[in-house]
Amino acid sequence: MLNKEQIKKLEIQASEICEKTVELIYNGGGGHIGGDLSEVDIMVSLFNYMKHDPKNPKWSGRDYFILSKGHSSETYYTLLSEYGYIDKTLLGKYGTFGSVLGGHPNKKIPGVEANTGSLGHGLGLASGIALALKRDGMPNRVYVLTGDGELGEGSNWEAMMSAAKYRLDNLTWIVDRNFLQISGQTEEVMPFVNLKKKAEAFGFKTVEINGHDYGQIFSALDIREKGRPVCIIADTVKGKRLACAENRADWHHKTPTKEQVDQLKKDMDAYRKELA
Amino acid sequence: MEREACSSAFSKMILEEAKKDRDITVVCTDSRGSAKLGAYPDELPEQFVEIGIAEQNAVTVSAGMSHMGKKVFVLGPASFYSTRSAEQVKVDVAYSNNNVAVIGISGGVSYGALGATHHSLQDIALMRAIPNLTVEIPSDAAQMRAVTAELLKAGRPAYIRIGRNPVPVLYGNEGDIHIGKANKWFDGHDAAVIACGQLVSRAVDAAGLLEKEGIHITVVDMHTIKPLDTEAVKSAAEECGCILTLEEHSIYGGLGGAVSEFLAQNNPVPMKICGIPDEDVPNGTDDEVFRYYRLDPEGIAGAVKDLIRKK
Repeated sequence: MLNKEQIKKLEIQASEICEKTVELIYNGGGGHIGGDLSEVDIMVSLFNYMKHDPKNPKWSGRDYFILSKGHSSETYYTLLSEYGYIDKTLLGKYGTFGSVLGGHPNKKIPGVEANTGSLGHGLGLASGIALALKRDGMPNRVYVLTGDGELGEGSNWEAMMSAAKYRLDNLTWIVDRNFLQISGQTEEVMPFVNLKKKAEAFGFKTVEINGHDYGQIFSALDIREKGRPVCIIADTVKGKRLACAENRADWHHKTPTKEQVDQLKKDMDAYRKELA
Repeated sequence: MEREACSSAFSKMILEEAKKDRDITVVCTDSRGSAKLGAYPDELPEQFVEIGIAEQNAVTVSAGMSHMGKKVFVLGPASFYSTRSAEQVKVDVAYSNNNVAVIGISGGVSYGALGATHHSLQDIALMRAIPNLTVEIPSDAAQMRAVTAELLKAGRPAYIRIGRNPVPVLYGNEGDIHIGKANKWFDGHDAAVIACGQLVSRAVDAAGLLEKEGIHITVVDMHTIKPLDTEAVKSAAEECGCILTLEEHSIYGGLGGAVSEFLAQNNPVPMKICGIPDEDVPNGTDDEVFRYYRLDPEGIAGAVKDLIRKK
């Protein structure tokens, strides 16, 4: 259970990550900003919660993380840079010719476990990692973050079946449930009605939380159930904290203007003052 | 003539090797029977994964296990692994450099009358266009064993297509068989037949028929389609002056495509690409289909004679 001070610290960190992510997108001339910002609190939580060592990214005791929604890479890159996995100067080359920091994560980047970008692969990859860990008797945990629109890919549902069959209780799957995808509302594009019931029916211990509430996120990350993988449906706001982008599908992939970046900085400064 | 199926050869070998190395893992998609996997799932349940009828997930889970150091062989019908899970092979295996060997069983037309849904006649064209993917079509059981041994020694992303039925034994042992190195038969200079898979033995028979007519050919067993042994192609072109390719695959984009891409840019010589034409294939056994398309020894010999006239 997190105390108030811990939560405040995480919220401040998230506001900074949000700012830096938007700056990265602005400087790079584009990015999947909506999903980047909806996942900030989940990602900040994971970086604080998981066992990992930026000085030794391949440490055998680490927990494994896969960003299945690979298009939301800019938040990931920002965190990798903040934690020292990659040099901060590398961010300046994001999206440029020959840069290792492309629009989607690649294993060539220290700290990145999987080449993602094509949707519907992360849960299966995480399951393979989790199964290998179990078979080797290793205690490491595996975390995978998918989008919600991404669940249109049938491969997710294949992976859900095999994760349950192999009783992957070392696997936690988080859904960034922001209810929007590039064309509009997920429930209009392809309804995922009763997602919680579906995940439960597929064999996952499933909880639905507010994906911006650190107390709820950390409690959900603590869930363990013998013989069952865990699914956390984290309800989020697409474009969270960037006022002009919140809950707007047209901000799925967009470059903010200088004024919008400046406004975010002002808003975050005010937010931090309020927290202090 | 003695016969052995590539699938049986693989199964016997992998069971023995897996008993010695607990990182070896076999993944199936309700395909353990058709893969002739035998006792493996029962004897080594901790080194076996049954994914059910879900080829996409099978390849992705295999990639995840490979990321953890497992030596993964994922087996199922070539038709499904090369098309339904093509994206997973491209992204999770090849692009992600995970050492997964995708073994496409019952490849080509070896499912016979089960028809077009089960034939894999586009797999080589698809797989060989993917960077960082070795593509193999062994012609007999010894080649299959040799390829498996090399993959166990030094894993790499690979697609290996084998047939369903026992094929004639061509090689006494695995000694001179290496990934990326063609095996040469005969030393005739009238024409060269570059073949792969179960059509190699028919090419060898065709060479015998032609020999009786005083026509001497070379047969090149090009079991590795990628990386192509371009030295072997170059030598064949220089020594024979014309090349016929022979494959259980569409005439588009397979072995013929690979060989002609090289020849057109380096050693242009008269060529003929023999394979399955771009049409609906009649139902029948693989032998019947080969006869229908003149891919039997007599048909191959006739095509070689036609080609020699163009030199």
